[in-house]
Amino acid sequence: MLRIDRVSKRFENGLAALSPVDLTIERGEIVGLVGTSGCGKSTLLRIACGLETPTTGEVILDGEPVTEPRSEVGIVFQEPRLMPWLTVRQNVGFALSKFSKSRRGPLIDAALHKVGLTAFADALPQQLSGGMAQRAAIARALVARPSVLLLDEPFSALDAFTRLGLQDHLLDIWREDKPTLLFVTHDIEEALVLSDRIVVMRAKPGRIHAQYEIDLPRPRRRADPRLQVWKERLLQDLDLVAA
Amino acid sequence: MKALAFLGRGIKRSGLLGFVFPVLLLLVWESLSRFGIVRASLLPPPSAVALTLRDLARSGELLGHIEVTLMRVAFGFAGGTLAATVLGALTGYSDLWRRLLDPLLQAIRSIPSIAWVPLFVLWLGIFEASKDTLIAVGVFFPVYLNLMAGIQQVDRKLVEVARVHGYRGVALVRYVLLPATLPTYITGLRGGLGLGWMFVIAAELMGASEGLGFLLIDGQQTGRPAIIIASILLFGCFGKLSDMALARIGQRFTGWQDSFKAAKEKEANASDRSGLQAI
Repeated sequence: MLRIDRVSKRFENGLAALSPVDLTIERGEIVGLVGTSGCGKSTLLRIACGLETPTTGEVILDGEPVTEPRSEVGIVFQEPRLMPWLTVRQNVGFALSKFSKSRRGPLIDAALHKVGLTAFADALPQQLSGGMAQRAAIARALVARPSVLLLDEPFSALDAFTRLGLQDHLLDIWREDKPTLLFVTHDIEEALVLSDRIVVMRAKPGRIHAQYEIDLPRPRRRADPRLQVWKERLLQDLDLVAA
Repeated sequence: MKALAFLGRGIKRSGLLGFVFPVLLLLVWESLSRFGIVRASLLPPPSAVALTLRDLARSGELLGHIEVTLMRVAFGFAGGTLAATVLGALTGYSDLWRRLLDPLLQAIRSIPSIAWVPLFVLWLGIFEASKDTLIAVGVFFPVYLNLMAGIQQVDRKLVEVARVHGYRGVALVRYVLLPATLPTYITGLRGGLGLGWMFVIAAELMGASEGLGFLLIDGQQTGRPAIIIASILLFGCFGKLSDMALARIGQRFTGWQDSFKAAKEKEANASDRSGLQAI
C-alpha cells in the first residue's frame, strides 16, 4: 500500500506547488492523476519516488517512509532518458547495480521479453524509434521488480498510434506482476482506459479536487459510450467544457 | 577523357580528395624553383627538401631530433592532461571547488603562456623540465575548460535517472558523468595536443641543442631554407598524425553520439540497418 500523508510542497522561491494532499493507493491498483498544467501532479509523483522531499507530510510505502529513491519504486519519465552510450540491454541493466552479476542476466532478459525488445537488446538508443525507446525505459523501470511503478506522462511525447499500442501494452505488463501503478496524464481518454481510479487535481494551490472509481469492465473499448459519459464529466471537473 | 573521369571518380571514392590540392601545390612549387621564377636559395624546390630530409635521416641526426621533440610533447601532454583532468573534474562536479579554484585558473589563463618562460627557466633550469612544464601549461587549459564545461552540461535528466537508481558520488561520476562528458573531453584533449605542438616549438626556439625546433633555428642560422622547410613539414606531419590517433581513439569510445556527422555515416550503410528502424 502506498500512502501519501498530508504531503505539501513549497518551492524555495515561495511558490506553493501542493497544498496538503492525502492519497492512499492499494497494492495492485491503477490510479490516474489528471489535471491542467501547474496543478502539482508531477511534483506529487516526484515526491512519491523520493526524488523531491515534501515540505510537510510523508510518503509511506508498506509501512516504511520513502525519503530517497528506492528499488521497490520504479519510475518512467515523459522522455525515455536512456543513456545514449549504453545498449538497450545495458540501459535496462543500469537499474540493477545493487544486484549480483549472476542475477542480472535473467532479470534483464525477462524485462526485455516483457516489452518485446529482445531482438533489439544490442541496439543503441539512437537506433530506436520513439515508441521502442519508451518501451526500453519501461523495461528499465520494471527490471528490479518494483512493487510500485510511477509514470509521469509516459506516452505524451509519442504519436497517437504508438500511444494506443503502448497503453494496451502497459496493461498486459500489469496483468503479469500486478504492480501498483500511479501515472500522470494530460489525456483523459488514456486515464479512462487504464485506471481503476482517477484523481482529478486542480491548481493554485495544487490539490485533489475529486476522485472517481471507474467501474467499467475490462478490456475497455475506447469507443464505449459509457467512457464518453465519463469523459464529459471529467472535462467539466477541469473546467474545460461549460457545465 | 574517359580515363580521366574514371580517375576522378576513383579519387572521390577512396577519400583521397584531400590530397588533390597539396599535390597541385607541390607541382607548382617545384616548377617555380625549377624554371628560376623564384630563387632556389630562398625557396628550394620540394625535391631539394626531400633530399635534405634523406641526408638528415641517413646521418641518424633526424631520428634523434624527432625523438627528443616527441618525448617533450609526450611528457608535457601527459602532465598537463593529468592536472587538467583532476582539476576539471573537481570544478565541474562541485560548485564549491569551482567557486574556489576557477577564478584563479581563469586569471592564470589570461597570462600569455610564453610569459612564463623566464620564470620556468629560472626555477627549473634550461633543460627538459622547464620545456616540459611550458608545454604542460599550454595543454592544461583546453583540457580543463572542456572537461569542466562538459560535466556541467551533462543532461540533468540523465543524472536524475541515475539518482533514482541509487547512483551517488564516485558511481555517478564513473557511470554517468564520465561517459556523458567523453566527447567534449576528447575535443579538449585534441585542442590541448595542438597547443602542445605549438609550445614545443616555442620552447625549442628559445634555447635547445636538439629537437625539431632546434633544427628550425639551425637552418636559419646556417642559411639553409631546405632544413627549415623540412622541419616545418615534419611538425605538420607529426601534429596531424598524433591528432588523428587521438581522434581515432576517441571515436572508439564515442560512437554512440547521435550527431549530424554520425547520421550521415549511418545513411551510408542504412541498407544493413534499416530493420532496426521499423516498429
